[in-house]
Amino acid sequence: MIWKIRFILIQNRAGKTRLAKWYMQFDDDEKQKLIEEVHAVVTVRDAKHTNFVEFRNFKIIYRRYAGLYFCICVDVTDNNLAYLEGIHNFVEVLNEYFHNVCELDLVFNFYKVYTVVDEMFLAGEIRETSQTKVLKQLLMLQSLE
Amino acid sequence: MPAVSKGDGMRGLAVFISDIRNCKSKEAEIKRINKELANIRSKFKGDKALDGYSKKKYVCKLLFIFLLGHDIDFGHMEAVNLLSSNKYTEKQIGYLFISVLVNSNSDLIRLINNAIKNDLASRNPTFMNLALHCIANVGSREMAEAFASEIPSILVAGDTMDSVKQSAALCLLRLNRTSTDLVPMGEWTARVVHLLNDQHLGVVTAAASLITTLAQKSPDDFKTSISLAVARLSRIVTSASIDLQDYTYYFVAAPWLSVKLLRLLQCYPPPEDAAIRSRLTECLETILNKAQEPPKSKKVQHSNAKNAVLFEAITLIIHHDSEPTLLVRACNQLGQFLQHRETNLRYLALESMCTLASSEFSHETVKTHIETVINALKTERDVSVRQRAVDLLYAMCDRSNAKQIVAEMLSYLETADYSIREEIVLKVAILAEKYAVDYTWYVDTILNLIRIAGDYVSEEVWYRVIQIVINRDDVQGYAAKTVFEALQAPACHENLVKVGGYILGEFGNLIAGDSRSSPLVQFNLLHSKFHLCSVPTRALLLSAYIKFINLFPEVKTTIQDVLRSDSQLRNADVELQQRAVEYLRLSCIASTDILATVLEEMPPFPERESSILAKLKRKKGPGNLPDIDDARRHVNGSTEHSEITEHTKKGSTHPFDDPLNLSSTPSTGASLLVDVFSDSTTLAPVDVSEENFPRFVCKNNGVIFENQLLQIGLKSEYRQNLGRMYVFFGNKTSTQFLSFSASLNVHAKTVEPIIEGGAQVQQILNIECISDFTDAPLLSIQFRYGGALQNIAVKLPVMLNKFFQPTEMTSQDFFQRWKQLGIPQQEVQKIFKAKHPMDTEVAKAKILGFGVALLDGVDPNPANFVGAGVIHTKNTQVGCLLRLEPNTQAQMYRLTLRTSRDSVSQRLCDLLSEQF
Repeated sequence: MIWKIRFILIQNRAGKTRLAKWYMQFDDDEKQKLIEEVHAVVTVRDAKHTNFVEFRNFKIIYRRYAGLYFCICVDVTDNNLAYLEGIHNFVEVLNEYFHNVCELDLVFNFYKVYTVVDEMFLAGEIRETSQTKVLKQLLMLQSLE
Repeated sequence: MPAVSKGDGMRGLAVFISDIRNCKSKEAEIKRINKELANIRSKFKGDKALDGYSKKKYVCKLLFIFLLGHDIDFGHMEAVNLLSSNKYTEKQIGYLFISVLVNSNSDLIRLINNAIKNDLASRNPTFMNLALHCIANVGSREMAEAFASEIPSILVAGDTMDSVKQSAALCLLRLNRTSTDLVPMGEWTARVVHLLNDQHLGVVTAAASLITTLAQKSPDDFKTSISLAVARLSRIVTSASIDLQDYTYYFVAAPWLSVKLLRLLQCYPPPEDAAIRSRLTECLETILNKAQEPPKSKKVQHSNAKNAVLFEAITLIIHHDSEPTLLVRACNQLGQFLQHRETNLRYLALESMCTLASSEFSHETVKTHIETVINALKTERDVSVRQRAVDLLYAMCDRSNAKQIVAEMLSYLETADYSIREEIVLKVAILAEKYAVDYTWYVDTILNLIRIAGDYVSEEVWYRVIQIVINRDDVQGYAAKTVFEALQAPACHENLVKVGGYILGEFGNLIAGDSRSSPLVQFNLLHSKFHLCSVPTRALLLSAYIKFINLFPEVKTTIQDVLRSDSQLRNADVELQQRAVEYLRLSCIASTDILATVLEEMPPFPERESSILAKLKRKKGPGNLPDIDDARRHVNGSTEHSEITEHTKKGSTHPFDDPLNLSSTPSTGASLLVDVFSDSTTLAPVDVSEENFPRFVCKNNGVIFENQLLQIGLKSEYRQNLGRMYVFFGNKTSTQFLSFSASLNVHAKTVEPIIEGGAQVQQILNIECISDFTDAPLLSIQFRYGGALQNIAVKLPVMLNKFFQPTEMTSQDFFQRWKQLGIPQQEVQKIFKAKHPMDTEVAKAKILGFGVALLDGVDPNPANFVGAGVIHTKNTQVGCLLRLEPNTQAQMYRLTLRTSRDSVSQRLCDLLSEQF
């Protein structure tokens, strides 16, 4: 069976989860384990390392922004750079949407972050890549009661 | 508090989140949460009906508490109520709660599905999207049952909004993955393909994923997507970046969509239609060209997006494995990346090159980067990059560079990360075995492995070295001497004691003549290690001792004393005790003759797949292992391996008048190799088949024959004057073949007489070249299929050039020898028209495949090719020099060969000239 994205995680350096979006069925204990493992493998790496880590039978594509790690778990055969820029594209949308996004925006507006994710990634696939289109849609939703 | 300052949030929620953040301890947090839970519970239970806003706020707080890691056991009903609100923000929170806290409560599922149904029918795109996202996120079977038939019509309806189409496509994809049986194929499937033509690139992006998934499951139904995807891709890659506006990312036109389209094309072989095929080739060339253009931006985003497309294009090129020019260009591009300052690119280039190494067209080009890869192994800071370098070295290894690669891997092993040591050990063991021309090198390598990384040397590895030593009598004395010396080290790994004990027990007599390794010295050396070893090793040593009693009567009493000691005879371990008792009795009562029979040298092990290779496969999982042979890849990218075999000494001993000495051994375990040749060409049934014969002049593996019933694949390897050919007979039908026989005109031995439907059996032919020859052996096959007797004859591609060993030489040497071979009969020249496009890289690959070494800088004209090699036959060796001069204007070649024998010159010239 071909899956693309298994999950998306945003964590801070201390390991606090700021977003967890699961595209595969995991039970709660398993999710917690995955979160801890990802944190352990990603935070030990430095800037000279690649942005990719093998992880169980998958791989993690990640990028660090200030104190936050954005991680996407995909199939080992998937295109690393496409997901790496997928992360950046997502971050630029968040930045625009929250006007210079910071970690606290993600905490207080967690329910909006899910909407942003669903606009850009759905069913483990990339849904929309145009920042203009996503932001237009988000602003339209923002204006609704 | 940014959320509050934005003024559009829920104030109560923001305050609650702040409170939680201000909690100084876990206890304080739990206290605050419990207070909030009590508050919410009372609100939900209260008499007063809550308004939508409050309900939304409380449900959102519950969600926040859940996300903090606390259990939530109420509020589901309120969340479901929110779904039927007609306010977006309330509905959104309701759907979010449902999506995050999936609950299998059947009552609620019915209510939830009802709300989704209403929203899907609402014709309000915002509500439809919320409902579709919920289905896509939850993807449960119940939802599939309720909506699988409805979503296709939303997707292809003419009046559906673009954003809804995007969601519907991916929603359908999700249901197809989890409940394929519930998603009906139908009239919509044909229309879905045409979404690739949609004006809205977002719709194309979503649809491309859906179509790829569907095409993977039933490729034939979605074949029309090939031309549409190529057309779309072509428009993207040739567009000026400004054309695509919203979809241009850092000056790169629609990078993600390009990647998806290239992925979709990987579901299929190269397009059959010539026009589409050439359009695709143009696209791929354009992508490769762009990589050479100066960057339009210095931002890493620009280069990443560009390279994402480039790597996907390279993956497609490798997948097709049919355009030598593209393969070589891809390889050169990756070669540049190997030295790039971006670690990511170096990593990806190593990874990609690994798959290129297994294509016959690019293997040689990959090999030219060996020094860079070795350097990466030594200098890369990131272990995962070093790991890729190891993988690539393994993949590019062949006879010409095996010694260097194995040496580098061994030296890397001294400092390698613990996590990857075992895998490196396996790889070194496999390469050392596979490419050992000289088995003393193999033995040294394995003993080095044990010395450097003994803990990581698994049983499979040391079993294998013993199997090989036992099967090859030319290395036994050396092995005995080497283990004896290695055991002298004051601290040696237990695995060495095992190997040493076994080998000395079998072959200690071969070194016993030297007083420094007399029987007693050998025994004392082994026994000095005994007490430090674990029980299984001690058991093995006891067996070595009893073997010593047979080999060396002079140490019999010494060993009997040891066996008789209390520490053996009364050992607490039952296995050791039993061995000691039995061996002692055996040595006392048996006559020398009986002892000699019982303790005879181990017979050769039967040939079978290397257990090490099997282990590496298990470790890596199918498909993750780079192919070290030039066996072609499957369409899905997984690889199968040839067996690694040792040459058995029993082999070719039959004295034939034929120049070729062939003997065959039926082999079991052939099912391991099913499908190695899956990408075959189909042939009309013929009685004597030699159509594919010329294709094997420059390569060793492939399909030699195929009709509707039977496929015959070959894998062969040659070393000096010896060769081995594996013939695979694949039954393509579902019915048994009975009375199956395959015999050679020179020598006949049977294969398995029955081939089950769909199964494959293997026959191994050992080949020895006695003297130079022209005719090829004929393989006659007979079998009964459904009552009818089938007769097939296939000319086996055993040609003189297979016995080439390449020879490197300087320009001076070359010309000197060229002059020496100046007698007119020694030279054969042929001028002929090119039958294939004249491509330098392809020509190089063919000449190397022919078996000679390509000599650079010998010919003053760089366009010419010069090669040298030696043909090995049993009786003699024939040196051979060749020169190929292409004339691209006239589309002609001139081929000149000089060898010391006119018959050889003529035959080689005939064989090679047919290849261009």
